[in-house]
Amino acid sequence: VCGASVGSGAGQDVGRSCILVSIAGKNVMLDCGMHMGFSDDRRFPDFSYITQSGRLTDFLDCVIISHFHLDHCGALPYFSEMVGYDGPIYMTHPTQAICPILLEDYRKIAVDKKGEANFFTSQMIKDCMKKVVAVHLHQTVQVDDELEIKAYYAGHVLGAAMFQIKVGSESVVYTGDYNMTPDRHLGAAWIDKCRPNLLITESTYATTIRDSKRCRERDFLKKVHETVERGGKVLIPVFALGRAQELCILLETFWERMNLKVPIYFSTGLTEKANHYYKLFITWTNQKIRKTFVQRNMFEFKHIKAFDRAFADNPGPMVVFATPGMLHAGQSLQIFRKWAGNEKNMVIMPGYCVQGTVGHKILSGQRKLEMEGRQVLEVKMQVEYMSFSAHADAKGIMQLVGQAEPDSVLLVHGEAKKMEFLKQKIEQEFRVNCYMPANGETVVLPTSPSIPGGISLGLLKREMAQGLLPEAKKPRLLHGTLIMKDSNFRLVSSEQALKELGLAEHQLRFTCRVHLHDTRKEQETAMRVYSHLKSILKDHCVQHLPDGSVTVESILIQAAAPSEDPATKVLLVSWTYQDEELGSYLTSLLKKGLPQAPS
Amino acid sequence: MKIKKRFCHSYCLSGHPTLPCNVLKFKSTTIMLDCGLDMTSTLNFLPLPLVQSSRLSNLPDLSTVDVILISNYHCMMALPYITEHTGFSGTVYATEPTVQIGRLLMEELVNFIERVPKAQSASLWKNKDIQRLLPSPLKDAVEVSTWRRCYTMQEVNSALSKIQLVGYSQKIELFGAVQVTPLSSGYALGSSNWIIQSHYEKVSYVSGSSLLTTHPQPMDQASLKNSDVLVLTGLTQIPTANPDGMVGEFCSNLALTVRNGGNVLVPCYPSGVIYDLLECLYQYIDSAGLSSVPLYFISPVANSSLEFSQIFAEWLCHNKQSKVYLPEPPFPHAELIQTNKLKHYPSIHGDFSNDFRQPCVVFTGHPSLRFGDVVHFMELWGKSSLNTVIFTEPDFSYLEALAPYQPLAMKCIYCPIDTRLNFIQVSKLLKEVQPLHVVCPEQYTQPPPAQSHRTDLVIDCQPPATSYRRAEVLTLPFKRRYERIEIMPELADSLVPMEIKPGISLATVSAVLHTKDNKHVLQPPPRPAQPTSGKKRKRVSDDVPDCKVLKPLLSGSIPVEQFVQTLEKHGFSDIKVEDTAKGHIVLLQEAETLIQIEEDSTHIICDNDEMLRVRLRDLVLKFLQKF
Repeated sequence: VCGASVGSGAGQDVGRSCILVSIAGKNVMLDCGMHMGFSDDRRFPDFSYITQSGRLTDFLDCVIISHFHLDHCGALPYFSEMVGYDGPIYMTHPTQAICPILLEDYRKIAVDKKGEANFFTSQMIKDCMKKVVAVHLHQTVQVDDELEIKAYYAGHVLGAAMFQIKVGSESVVYTGDYNMTPDRHLGAAWIDKCRPNLLITESTYATTIRDSKRCRERDFLKKVHETVERGGKVLIPVFALGRAQELCILLETFWERMNLKVPIYFSTGLTEKANHYYKLFITWTNQKIRKTFVQRNMFEFKHIKAFDRAFADNPGPMVVFATPGMLHAGQSLQIFRKWAGNEKNMVIMPGYCVQGTVGHKILSGQRKLEMEGRQVLEVKMQVEYMSFSAHADAKGIMQLVGQAEPDSVLLVHGEAKKMEFLKQKIEQEFRVNCYMPANGETVVLPTSPSIPGGISLGLLKREMAQGLLPEAKKPRLLHGTLIMKDSNFRLVSSEQALKELGLAEHQLRFTCRVHLHDTRKEQETAMRVYSHLKSILKDHCVQHLPDGSVTVESILIQAAAPSEDPATKVLLVSWTYQDEELGSYLTSLLKKGLPQAPS
Repeated sequence: MKIKKRFCHSYCLSGHPTLPCNVLKFKSTTIMLDCGLDMTSTLNFLPLPLVQSSRLSNLPDLSTVDVILISNYHCMMALPYITEHTGFSGTVYATEPTVQIGRLLMEELVNFIERVPKAQSASLWKNKDIQRLLPSPLKDAVEVSTWRRCYTMQEVNSALSKIQLVGYSQKIELFGAVQVTPLSSGYALGSSNWIIQSHYEKVSYVSGSSLLTTHPQPMDQASLKNSDVLVLTGLTQIPTANPDGMVGEFCSNLALTVRNGGNVLVPCYPSGVIYDLLECLYQYIDSAGLSSVPLYFISPVANSSLEFSQIFAEWLCHNKQSKVYLPEPPFPHAELIQTNKLKHYPSIHGDFSNDFRQPCVVFTGHPSLRFGDVVHFMELWGKSSLNTVIFTEPDFSYLEALAPYQPLAMKCIYCPIDTRLNFIQVSKLLKEVQPLHVVCPEQYTQPPPAQSHRTDLVIDCQPPATSYRRAEVLTLPFKRRYERIEIMPELADSLVPMEIKPGISLATVSAVLHTKDNKHVLQPPPRPAQPTSGKKRKRVSDDVPDCKVLKPLLSGSIPVEQFVQTLEKHGFSDIKVEDTAKGHIVLLQEAETLIQIEEDSTHIICDNDEMLRVRLRDLVLKFLQKF
């Protein structure tokens, strides 16, 4: 049985991801995200869902983090250091490298700027990262003797991975966030036909079938270009790693081609470091960048300069990439407040915004924002939304389901209505069950795994050899003995089983007397029996032996004359239990008498 | 022949133990293990293609090879010959660093060779007087021009496009029959040992492994445990030299020469040990007061090699890996380049001639001294005793390499750095891993010819290693006994296990075997067919039972008294029991039936009364176990 419980908050909501999977007695937690829209207890998942009693370390076999976005790993130090978990945490190398930096960044905003209490410390981030085991793509990691996990490339952001969790012949695939089309810096997600019992997929863009990437890019460039042409400033709120690099590559090449001089800035701090990660983990980027990196490293930007806080007040056009991406805090929010009042300016939101953030408010049309201290900010600048966040759209999700061929699908990380639509589509097209649990809901899937064992080569070869015979078209029965010792199953021939156990065979034999009316001599009766059986049993070996007896396969038939009645002959039909069916058949056949001999 | 097929065969295609090329036949899958190009023949000048030599004509048809497993970038140099010029149509498996650096090595080789006709430097050896000094078969070679030419870049690209990238500990299924897995071997970036296994047999292929801590990820020893057979190749070529000591000597000789105003030439490959040497120099030059001495790395792939080394963090030792998390480049040569201490050039032409300052240290190829920019420096610096050539690559005899340059005033230092396993480490490894059998090239079972008294320089294990030689077919010493089978849950549910001995249970199985893609599945027997509506006239033969459906074997014995009681309970009367020499006879007088019971047999003799017979049969079976 495999159960997936959307224990603590990834169900029908794009807030944060945290899924508990129980598969064949193993418990695995998938992602440990936090909710960007909250700044109270609701920010972190409720880990009491996992186990009411006992330590998490005893209950969970491992934790897997799919990628470095905070809605997938933001609660990790809280979980491991404050709630308490000492088991292994698996993630890819780039995730392991970048994750602590984003966590620290987030901690600074929360604690230092907003003064929040009951938050994890820098030391806790470090201690948490010590529990991390890095995995390679496609490496089979043996968590213990039975549980193994394997990472697949997911695109989305640097180091993002999908994970297969496998126990015996049962398996679950968890996609994390992924995208099925390569972009300017990352490749497309890929998985082999691994046929999991369950595929847990994100469904952020469950109903969208997005227009071609090229169109969106052209649109983006046009908007940026028009704004700077008329002297406006463009703000692009981004997360330091991920979409930012893709858009930088896009603008860099456009600036080069159009020979533009308008400055492009990237908010300081993470920028240079972030680009450095991309350079060092270039094997995780797309084919084109990997191929040309020696000649031209795409992450060394000529036109994009580091941003200084003072630049925001400079006159004239400029483009600024600033963090964070949902305008909920930090530099991007500061710049936004400065520029919001001028209708010449533009803010482009290149990704999804969680409810409760400023980003979400302006995208839903709000133009008067209540800021801290009861201030009201009037938004006059143009607000554009361009979906550059690299999630699979409906088409992509369907494509992945087609690639992996799961028995059933579970949708998470999406909005209920949209998920319902996708659920129907998946059920129609692939004829598999599709689930969409709410937060805190548990889905239980019964599985009936086949049982692995060994078959002795002797028995197998004997069967295969007979399987090659022409009459073997119809299914044939294989007979053997299954020896079960501990959890080791071996199928051997019956003879071998007896021998191995030091047992002797007990032979059970039957001899039946069949009375026939026949006046001829025994030898002639035997001859008639022979020709009769020969004509009927075409597929069997019927022989007339020199001593006068007749054999059908290993069944012996002898004719005798009882002394009292010369007109009667007795046929002694003798067979062992192994030939039971044929023996029984022969006696009933002979009982019917022999056909009249041609005179 | 039939029995032979159960075994696993190994063909050896290479006589060179460090540049292996073996073919393994395992469960009807043909696997080529490495395809090293024996470059020692370049000492006779151009490479001789290994696989097309007539000496190997008795070897398996390469078009039957299903897959090629590459263990490190030095062991794939013959790949284009196989993928482009034989009928080979299978898949090649290698790690990403192996492919990328392998490509660089091939690219350098092709570049060097294509330059040769123009390079006056390479014609020296053709002088009759010098040719005579060269080792045979070169000195006897007449038509040097007919030697096979090197592959082209086009062929290299085509060959490399056939490689499928794999990661350490990735399980790769081959035709459902065999699983192969690369493991870190600790020798070079992306270098791997391979496990070739089915569910019941395990062959480990250990090729070019190192237990020393250099830049690559450490060797994965634990996964080699429980091998039936361990094929051991690619040991150190210089078993008596300690690599650490050699590095020390390298540095001190380099410093000595430069201080005296001389130049140092290091003939080397563009990847591998050079990274370690640069790292040593990075730590050493400042303390030795040599920070102003320029280091030059000249190779058509120098830049690529230095760049590539920095992007494979996941394949590096822990120390280097953690640097990337900072994020800093894993190798310090990035800093040497940044501070202008190390400069790299594609060749001696162009920028290099402008920047060139002496005294200096030059790293360049090819280590055979037969082609590449090294030839130029040998000629430039050979006449002065101030200069030194330091040999670090162990693949070529330095004396043979130097032969065409004699007489030579330049100092020659031999510091071979070969980090691969030595015999002491092999003993330790085998004790740790404990394979049932070890298979190795015959060179490893006897002391090296030059050191025949060193009986310690052989593989020492129990049972003794089985050795093979070039072009020999070896039957690997294990016999397969079991094959994996899957029992469908419906069938499993229907089984009735019976505990025979404590902890051991038995169940008789009658099932249908389905085999597809080398996977065997046991399914429940089909339900007896429903009698058809009778439209078809039945023929007599349709009723004939299939004699191949055997009933199970029986075991146990029948206690006479209990048996008689059972008969009585089932309504038989008039039962008489007679003792015989071996057992008893139970007589049912009324039914004219006789049951002979002995220790290991029961014989029911009766009239043709099927009802009666079946009743008696079932009563007897109650006392017996079915198998």
